[in-house]
Amino acid sequence: MALKAITANRLRDGAVVWLGQKGDWVERIDAAATYDEAGAAAALAQAQQDEARNLVVAIYTLDVEILDGAPSPLRTKERIRALGPSVRADVGKQADPIARAAA
Amino acid sequence: MPLIENGRAVADRWVSLADDAALPAEGGVIVSFARWQAERDALLARSAPLGVRLPSTVSAGAVAPDLERFALVVVEFPKFRDGRGFTTARELRERWGYTGEIRAVGNIIADQYPLLVRCGVSTVEVPDGTDVETWARTLNTVTIAYQASVGEDEPLALLRRRVAAA
Amino acid sequence: MTYVHPRNHAGIYHYDELDRQFVRERVEQFRFQVERRLKGELSEDEFKPLRLMNGLYLQLHAYMLRIAIPYGTLASHQLRGLSEIARRYDKGYGHFTTRQNLQLNWIKLEDTPDILGKLAEIDMHAIQTSGNCVRNVTTDQFAGAAPDEVVDPRVYAEILRQWTTIHPEFTFLPRKFKIAISASGEADRAAVRVHDIGLVVKKNAEGETGFEVYVGGGLGRTPFIAPKTRGWLPEEDLIAYIEAVLRVYNQAGRRDNAFKARIKILVHETKLDKFIALVEDEFARIRGPKFRLDSAIVEAIRSHFAPPPFEELPPASDLAVRRRADDAAFDAWVRTNVRDHKAPGHASVTISLKPAGGVPGDISSEQMDAVADLADRHSFGEIRVTHEQNLVLAHVKQDDLYALWQALSAVGLATANAGLIGDIIACPGLDYCSLANARSIPIAQALSERFADPAKQAEIGDLKIKISGCINACGHHHVGAIGILGVDKKGEEFYQITVGGNAELDASIGDILGPALTADEAVDAVERIVDRYLERRQPGERFLATLARLGQAPFKETAYAAD
Ligand code: HEM
Ligand code: SF4
Repeated sequence: MALKAITANRLRDGAVVWLGQKGDWVERIDAAATYDEAGAAAALAQAQQDEARNLVVAIYTLDVEILDGAPSPLRTKERIRALGPSVRADVGKQADPIARAAA
Repeated sequence: MPLIENGRAVADRWVSLADDAALPAEGGVIVSFARWQAERDALLARSAPLGVRLPSTVSAGAVAPDLERFALVVVEFPKFRDGRGFTTARELRERWGYTGEIRAVGNIIADQYPLLVRCGVSTVEVPDGTDVETWARTLNTVTIAYQASVGEDEPLALLRRRVAAA
Repeated sequence: MTYVHPRNHAGIYHYDELDRQFVRERVEQFRFQVERRLKGELSEDEFKPLRLMNGLYLQLHAYMLRIAIPYGTLASHQLRGLSEIARRYDKGYGHFTTRQNLQLNWIKLEDTPDILGKLAEIDMHAIQTSGNCVRNVTTDQFAGAAPDEVVDPRVYAEILRQWTTIHPEFTFLPRKFKIAISASGEADRAAVRVHDIGLVVKKNAEGETGFEVYVGGGLGRTPFIAPKTRGWLPEEDLIAYIEAVLRVYNQAGRRDNAFKARIKILVHETKLDKFIALVEDEFARIRGPKFRLDSAIVEAIRSHFAPPPFEELPPASDLAVRRRADDAAFDAWVRTNVRDHKAPGHASVTISLKPAGGVPGDISSEQMDAVADLADRHSFGEIRVTHEQNLVLAHVKQDDLYALWQALSAVGLATANAGLIGDIIACPGLDYCSLANARSIPIAQALSERFADPAKQAEIGDLKIKISGCINACGHHHVGAIGILGVDKKGEEFYQITVGGNAELDASIGDILGPALTADEAVDAVERIVDRYLERRQPGERFLATLARLGQAPFKETAYAAD
């Protein structure tokens, strides 16, 4: 079974975020917490409270693997969410120097 | 459940009767369309006012021949996305000339309220705890309409018009 | 920036005080809704339909705002306003869609009421660009300029825009509803037969205006070419008839399954004759003074679209002719991107948003500003957006063409490929869209580079490639001469090729050629299909005609030939 992470969009600005180690929402997938199947279900249930608290919307789990010590999505769609459009390197998270340093 | 009319909470004088509940001797009752069809004679034998509740699958035409018997027609909205009730209300008024109360019930959002009114709905039943202020406000936020609606029968002189604020 | 005196402006619809008040009130209404959402008084479930009705989606990277460009006509100050909004609230670019809208991909919910406020200041809005209501009415990008035009279709598009705006009865239809209007007889540049209602404006023998009506077209999962429901609808009955169609649909359209909820399914399942009878019945009943479209209203709206003050010019410009002889690149551009105009000595210019290797339909704020300036200088301050995701300057003096071409070249907007194979329609696909199965843009980029050579494009001629990233078919792949559909196979991006689609009045849906291919294979296969066409065609034969003559087999064989 693949490793999981939890993602959502922040309500106020729509930014793609992942559930971090401390149960906070982080803007970089590098800082996302990862879970096994059972852990993911529990974390998702917990995270859904943040939907009720109107912090984030559209919460779900995604499959990741650990590459160079950081979570990396398995599916193209989630890679594009984590980085930005594959056709424009100058926009999205990939365009931000912090992301490049971390990548 | 609270009832809203003209942007204000009003008292509900009607009793909604379940299909298997006994018919009370007196007082206005609302029955389902199915019960109306099944117990027509018994219902007409009473002298109290009668209301009928139409599911969204039943259109205005189904009750058209009997409209003078109803003091109230309830139009159901199973989901707010199900917009059939807008047509039902409008047909009751424009096609069949119904002048009694039209009540919208079910899953309805505040922002639909002005549209319901423009289709001829008189009252809306809302869940307990609803902030009536919000509903009143939606009625007055947009005061321009681009089409004739119920009650505006003069020839179409202009597309745009101010709608009278409630 | 050149200032264009209003007197010299091409006609566009100017808001009056009522229109202005309406959009301002809508903005305040939405501001209140956003406030309630951010405070938690509205849940996402309750808020979603409200934001969608204002064109705001939640997409892959952020919120996406779809701004309506009614029937694709813009004044230069409006384009500058859009450029400013893209710069200030987005990332300095936007994407023009096949429905003549502009999409911004990086919008914040908390900014949206202000953005809508800015739009209201330039007589624009995002109302009904989403949701199960009547969407932006689209029309011919050469309206008011095309020599073959019967009357300006924008007049009726504006009437319908108004009539359908927050229609009290038809704002919660079973599914979205799209209307397109064309007014040039057989030359349909609005793809009317793949719309829920397609209208073709006509004149009868008595010189009266009316419409030929098609109902029930659409693409998506189950594509249908709309059948004709009425050969002649008098102008005064336009609104009564549309109301009748919408009422029948609102009552009888399926609501049990979103994939079967479009009117095309209702028309198909009730059978055409019965559907027509239902509509005619309703139409006969409501056809009265209340719904009669008074000719005074039509004239009042028409006055907004009055032709600009064209100079009297000889039919052809000597200057343009000389420049074409001297400059082969200019000549090639004129051949593909410049069309005849009804006023002598004028022309309509297509600004291609399809540079080789570019993102179809994308435009930067700088380019928007440049186009706005050029519109002021050369086209009475007015711009069109086409359903092929390009822009048009409709009213250019032929004498100005060379200067215009040079100025466009300087900002990368003089690609000479309008209507050719490089003029690819592509939806945003997986790079932006959360519903996508596969990316569309990289396929478009690879193909436009493969066919970048202008001589090769000219040799191939009229062959339209259309790409969608999923079966929703926003990229119109069903009606591409070559269509490409992104599919997902076990988490990998694959592409299914169709051939033989066509969106004009003799519309047809393309047939699937065979099993889906990888991105690289699909690009190679398209190139081989085109090569086979070039080998086998008879002189002057279009791709679609060659395909009809030879059948699929030779194309299928070459598409799947292992090399
Ligand atoms: C990125 C956000 C978008 C979303 C979420 C979206 C969603 C959809 C959906 C769900 C359908 C299918 C509806 C049905 O068949 O009932 C559809 C169809 C369509 N959309 Fe989009 N779309 C998006 C972008 C676009 C773009 C960029 C274009 C233009 C390039 C576009 C134009 C169309 C057209 C022309 C159709 C098919 C024609 C028809 O209505 O049958 N959409 N879209
Ligand atoms: S066709 Fe599919 S992938 Fe493309 S924009 Fe439409 S919904 Fe998105």
